[in-house]
Amino acid sequence: MSIHTSTVAELSTALARGDHSSRELTEVFLERIQGQGAALNAVITVTAEQALAAADAADRSRAAGEAGPLTGVPMVHKDIFCTRGVRTSCGSRMLDNFISPYNAHVVDRLAAAGMVCMGKANMDEFAMGSSNETSFYGPVKNPWDTAAVPGGSSGGSAAAVSGGLAPAATGTDTGGSIRQPAALCGITGLKPTYGRVSRYGMIAFASSLDQAGPMARTAEDCALLLEAMAGFDARDSTCVERDVPRYSQALGGDLKGVTIGLPKEYFGEGLDPTVASAIDAAIAEYRKLGAEFREISLANTHLAVPAYYVIAPAECSSNLSRFDGVRFGHRCDSPRDLEDLYKRSRGEGFGDEVQRRIMVGTYALSAGYYDAYYLKAQQVRRLIRDDFLQAFEDVDLILGPTSPTAAFNIGERSDDPVSMYLSDIYTIAVNLAGLPGISVPAGFADGRPVGLQLIGNYFDEARLLNAAHAYQQVTDWHTRVPEAFA
Amino acid sequence: MEWETVIGLEIHAQLATRSKIFSGASTAYGAEPNTQACAVDLGLPGVLPVLNAEAVNMAIRFGLATGCSIAPHSVFARKNYFYPDLPKGYQISQYELPVVHEGEVIIELDDGETMRVGVTRAHLEEDAGKSLHEGFEGVTGIDLNRAGTPLLEIVSEPDLRSAKQAVAYMKKIHSLVRYLEICDGNMQEGSFRCDANVSMRPKGQEKFGTRAEIKNLNSFRFVEKAINYEIERQIDLLESGGTVVQETRLYDSVKGETRSMRTKEEANDYRYFPDPDLLPLEITSEEVEQIRATLPELPDAKKERFMADYGLSAYDAGVLTASRDQADFFEAVVQAADGEAKLAANWVMGDFSGALNRDGREIGDSPVSPEMLGGMLKRISDNTISGKIAKDVFEAMWNGEGDADAVIEARGLKQVTDSGAIEAMIDEVIAANPGQLEQYRAGKDKLLGFFVGQVMKASKGKANPAQVNELLKKKLSG
Repeated sequence: MSIHTSTVAELSTALARGDHSSRELTEVFLERIQGQGAALNAVITVTAEQALAAADAADRSRAAGEAGPLTGVPMVHKDIFCTRGVRTSCGSRMLDNFISPYNAHVVDRLAAAGMVCMGKANMDEFAMGSSNETSFYGPVKNPWDTAAVPGGSSGGSAAAVSGGLAPAATGTDTGGSIRQPAALCGITGLKPTYGRVSRYGMIAFASSLDQAGPMARTAEDCALLLEAMAGFDARDSTCVERDVPRYSQALGGDLKGVTIGLPKEYFGEGLDPTVASAIDAAIAEYRKLGAEFREISLANTHLAVPAYYVIAPAECSSNLSRFDGVRFGHRCDSPRDLEDLYKRSRGEGFGDEVQRRIMVGTYALSAGYYDAYYLKAQQVRRLIRDDFLQAFEDVDLILGPTSPTAAFNIGERSDDPVSMYLSDIYTIAVNLAGLPGISVPAGFADGRPVGLQLIGNYFDEARLLNAAHAYQQVTDWHTRVPEAFA
Repeated sequence: MEWETVIGLEIHAQLATRSKIFSGASTAYGAEPNTQACAVDLGLPGVLPVLNAEAVNMAIRFGLATGCSIAPHSVFARKNYFYPDLPKGYQISQYELPVVHEGEVIIELDDGETMRVGVTRAHLEEDAGKSLHEGFEGVTGIDLNRAGTPLLEIVSEPDLRSAKQAVAYMKKIHSLVRYLEICDGNMQEGSFRCDANVSMRPKGQEKFGTRAEIKNLNSFRFVEKAINYEIERQIDLLESGGTVVQETRLYDSVKGETRSMRTKEEANDYRYFPDPDLLPLEITSEEVEQIRATLPELPDAKKERFMADYGLSAYDAGVLTASRDQADFFEAVVQAADGEAKLAANWVMGDFSGALNRDGREIGDSPVSPEMLGGMLKRISDNTISGKIAKDVFEAMWNGEGDADAVIEARGLKQVTDSGAIEAMIDEVIAANPGQLEQYRAGKDKLLGFFVGQVMKASKGKANPAQVNELLKKKLSG
């Protein structure tokens, strides 16, 4: 077993047995990040010194008998999470100079669990993108094929895990930003129920949709991380006060009697046939595991992308107003007056996609258009949620592809926003409904990974993780590593 | 043409919570700039608002005191606009669904008439910071200490017809929020301020005229002056064939005039939408009833009670109940004075208020406690001192010379009621003024006053005036 292809669970065992110290593991991964992994452009800030100090601290607490399962395991944070004393850029020129004075809740939780943060992962600017091409720090490359995108917006996190630069990473998912890059990079990524993980300190894109989650090689690893990340935080009013199950202990249950719905809308036009056959093969595996399948309909699926592209931009147009060049972030040189300060600071600080969404969102909220766009989109959102709720009357889980295609090439869709938006067609509805979803590796299409998506009912992460874990016990897609980064 | 003025007020009352409406930072006034602004108030990336439950309780208290409905479900909305002292680029407010709506207050006018003024709504929102221009060369300073301070915006119906009515309404709300202890009412510090919407219409016409909104009036005097200026400006405009433009105006208290700040065309499109960071505010009827049970006696009820229990006139009861502090002080004085309510009312509204005003003090830091004042009144009613001497005693108490008995003792101000002693003084005075005695006996009754004065002088003011009068009359008539 080589360290950089190990799972969190394996590293945890190795640490517990004393095979390796946290410092050794951290040094290996730091070397990967700064060495051959640097070509991926997956990690944009490396905090080697702090990481080694944290690793030493983890080793000391282990020596003192105070280690938990994650103590000493290295990881990286998506650069959307505020990290005290460390640049938190959100992939934007706007925050290229922003050193956060405080830690996000998730950052504190994982640090408290003993994890060693090695740096910050690249991402689409302000989490707006599905290819990681909108980052101010340049595109991230897919470890399976460096001509391909890693997906987005948590593309840096996905590529870091896939390329063996870190065994785990945090991500955020507003319309598929954990699941789609997980699928495109061949790793496992979980978007929890909205409200399961505190959003405090996570830079907001679309507040009613954003949710943080773990990205790792396996469902088991995601379970371990989610246990540490989830839980009530009074600083986030939308965070739900509800016990956190021991997800990792609940794995290993069989799937006999589990009913899985196959939404016919997820297998229609636009789905790449190679992806479709990989999903069919996965369905066959699940049948062998004892799951029963039922065709269902999520009739309003076709409205998810349009509704999302009203609600998310509307919220982002307001959320991003605080970046005005006044208190922090980019400020233009010698502004003539206040208006010039605003216009140039924002014009220079934000990239094209961010500006596009701010404009769309501003328009959708304008007097005279609000009812036709924002209010209508919220009504559609309720219909979409109702579709899911009705489906969950009959089924325990819903299964389908994570994305209609495998990774596309860098530059291929960057001039066509709508085709880019459609790569999230199967993930967006889950955010609109606030449900949990997971993407697990399920094969390849022309050498590029294919992801299988499972969707669960509210706060049913345990069942979701168990189903993903069961599949990973009988398949080895999640163990494959890209040759160039083996 | 005869014009009718139509006025509606939007009052901003800063709620007296210890911490801000969406963060834990202190709301205390007067700290060094930006020392009371935490990450949430600064609008740092990633921070989130958490609603202060105390602010909600205060809004409910206000709603109950004005007969408003308390919404079981209300929503916080974002009001989006850019300004340097608005850190997030939006203000969290309430828009379509406010927490409190549809109530009324009864105001009393100068002529003693009462009038109903509708309260359209009251909603919770956060205050912005302050832009500082003084002491900065070529730049603007931003102080975010005030950012996030809870405000209750109280919107009246357009029921007011004159500047005087507007002031009476504002005073009523001012009194209410202080009774409810939800706002300190300090207008100088901006804790209580208002915007006035003013329009004119021909008398008899139902349709409203175009209104101008005068922003940020922070004294009763300014409200009256600004509205009166605005009324004249609009009438002049209309009568000279012009039209009123819908706009926001500022009152210049130095020049005593209003001037245009921005017109409707320049107004922001605030793009209100429900704040996704905050859950809708749900209030149960049980919670409302719990709060109702903690409401204090309100000014109108207190006034009625003062008239019934103490036999005060409507005017006196109104003055005494205008502020809760004064009403409480009065009642404590009555108690200490063994029920001498009318005497207490006169002293509280008279010398006591006068002394407070003279020294610029609040009731809370009066050097004379209700027990001290009541104790003195007892000495008036038991004839230990006269009302005149009491004024000296009061001043002495005010200046820290102790309570009434101590002052009377130390200064020897005890009234002389021994008729023998008074008669002796009278005899001396009569003997010293034979001429006046003759004139009096010749029918010049007015000279009685002269003799009283002389006797009082001889007693250094301590002789009981009633006894002096009585005994003098007897002796003078021989």
